[in-house]
Amino acid sequence: MRHRSLLILTTAVTAGALTLSACGSRDDDSEDGGGGDGTTVVIGLDAPLTGDLSALGIGIQNSAELAVKTANENEEVKGVTFELEPLDDVAQAQQGQQNATKLVGNEDVMGVVGPLNSDVGQSMQKVFADADMVQVSPANTNPSLTQGEEWQDGEKTRPFDTYFRVSTTDAIQGPYAAQYLYNEKKLKKVFVIDDKKTYGAGLAGTFADEFENLGGKVVGTDHVNPDDKDFAAIATKVKNSGADFVYYGGEYPAGAPLAAQVKKAGAKIPTVGGDALFSAEYVALAKENAEGDMASSVGAPLTTLDTAKEFIKNYEAAGYEDAYEAYGGYSYDSTWAIIQAVKAVVDENDGELPGDADEARKAITEAMNDVSFEGVTGKVGFDEFGDTTNKQLSLYQVKDGEHVPLTSGEFEG
Amino acid sequence: MNDLPQQLANGLLLGALYGLIAIGYTMVYGIVQLINFAHGEIFMIGGFGALTMWLWMPNGTSLLVALPLMILMAVICSVLVGVGAERFAYRPLRGAPRLAPLITAIGLSIALQQAIWAWYPEATKSRPFPEFSGPRLDFGAFTIERGELYLLIAAPVCMIALGFFVSKTRTGRAMQATSQDPDTAKLMGINTDRIIVMAFAIGAAFAAIAAIAHGLRYGEVNFKMGFIAGLKAFTAAVLGGIGNIYGAMIGGVVLGLSEAMATAYIADIPGMEQLGGGAWKDVWAFVLLILVLLLRPQGLLGERVSDRA
Repeated sequence: MRHRSLLILTTAVTAGALTLSACGSRDDDSEDGGGGDGTTVVIGLDAPLTGDLSALGIGIQNSAELAVKTANENEEVKGVTFELEPLDDVAQAQQGQQNATKLVGNEDVMGVVGPLNSDVGQSMQKVFADADMVQVSPANTNPSLTQGEEWQDGEKTRPFDTYFRVSTTDAIQGPYAAQYLYNEKKLKKVFVIDDKKTYGAGLAGTFADEFENLGGKVVGTDHVNPDDKDFAAIATKVKNSGADFVYYGGEYPAGAPLAAQVKKAGAKIPTVGGDALFSAEYVALAKENAEGDMASSVGAPLTTLDTAKEFIKNYEAAGYEDAYEAYGGYSYDSTWAIIQAVKAVVDENDGELPGDADEARKAITEAMNDVSFEGVTGKVGFDEFGDTTNKQLSLYQVKDGEHVPLTSGEFEG
Repeated sequence: MNDLPQQLANGLLLGALYGLIAIGYTMVYGIVQLINFAHGEIFMIGGFGALTMWLWMPNGTSLLVALPLMILMAVICSVLVGVGAERFAYRPLRGAPRLAPLITAIGLSIALQQAIWAWYPEATKSRPFPEFSGPRLDFGAFTIERGELYLLIAAPVCMIALGFFVSKTRTGRAMQATSQDPDTAKLMGINTDRIIVMAFAIGAAFAAIAAIAHGLRYGEVNFKMGFIAGLKAFTAAVLGGIGNIYGAMIGGVVLGLSEAMATAYIADIPGMEQLGGGAWKDVWAFVLLILVLLLRPQGLLGERVSDRA
């Protein structure tokens, strides 16, 4: 009796756990030929749709959806209906790679938007390269993704021909913030902290190098675990180091409590970081302690761009529950770039896509190199590495619980 | 080293938090020799219970007024889940090989985490938790956050109350008897099933109290917070001598202090720059654990078998 109930219980718990984890994944519903006699092109999307970074991920998903909807309504590509297949990578490289494999396996998928995290991007690159499928990331900022591991020594080689991105890289994001803080804000002493991840460590490194080159002083460095919430000991160290500000290379789930605990420890100094701190969630988590903190982000502030006004209007009209966040505009442009590449291929191939999926994917990837259009975030185009030709960056500061633009400009090396 | 008092205070507070959670591991282990890996999630659910109560409060309620109700709600939620876990997940497995309940505990831990993730509104990301505002309390050599006063009061009060309960009351003594020899205790007329439920309930209540301290200290709760906190608390329980309630608290404090010291000072030792700081604090904490277990396999207070409860 006891053994039977044991068996039933174990089965129930296991089944329960499996069912729950299955909640996150979507069924493969392959609807053939959604729009009458035309072809359907599926654009894959990979971002963290749940978990700590979901605020950014949902913004990416909604914006991509908006681009697909707009393309279908305007019949941007005659005879082609676009469809979006969003997958959740929970900000984990392993899940991202699984998603990539899944997208490659679906013959209707012609290109992928995403992901958000640089380490996830790293894990997906090869899968897409093997399938000749184009990938456009709205948010990966680590330089090695396009310029190879040796980029810092000046040996730039593009590792994967299928990888493109519309965001600028940490190679200029870190130095941009360093120059502004040293030259304009006259802050001379910094405490540099990073989370040891591809993105965070890279960003903190480029920042510290430039800051020291300018004549600033790094009075302390430390590293944290991205899942930690307790930074009291580090905060005390920061306070006693006499730093003018903290530079944090990492994402807001750890960045916000870190900034808050630094201020709580009695050091009334701002925490500055990269685009992964540029989120409303940052302010929600650090509350009043977020005041005065700064974050750099890629591109010009959307609210100041004429090209972005229509996007913001349409986004609001579409009635999405969540904000487009830091990467909404970039996600829209990434999706639009894939649509434009499909259009170029269709135009050249007598009004239809090549019948063979592999051939079509290859053609679209090649067409991506020449894509150029006026996007939400400015001019969209790619250089020989797959990096954006747009080198605009901005710095934001938290005022009254909101990130407001502080300065914006192109980075001059 | 002039920040030593402050770093000691940081470590002590963190350690008290670990200790409160560790009580749950140690009590359950002391009585049924089960490592309840779902205890971290019971802690997490307490945090969400308190948050729910706070969200029910009318806007503008002072946190001080709401706090007793939040504690009550957190304790109710945690105890319900803790006792439910004992009744439906562990009791059917009593007498089964030791690995069966252990695996069940791990499965339950994942299931509870995912349940909150899936069904608590907006719990897929961190939920902000109310905090006490106002300047820090200045004790001269060190300062602490207002919200941390709660932890500073709650931890010793809980410990004293538990110590009194275990050694002086009838139920407490029955608990000690059960932990020493469950079969004989049963023959002496002790309802061991009830005692086991009590152990789970007390552990869960302490975890709930710790969860509020966690929320007040870090300003957020999230569905994953039980994993790391639970792991650390389990370490604290082993460090102090698993099965011993005072050991759990002492193990927690030692662990918290060693983490703070490792973060603050290891990097200052010449030649150790790369091995210090926040990223290495867990490594040093576990080095300490291994050293303690090499010298005293039973943990710091492990020999006081008679106090097991």
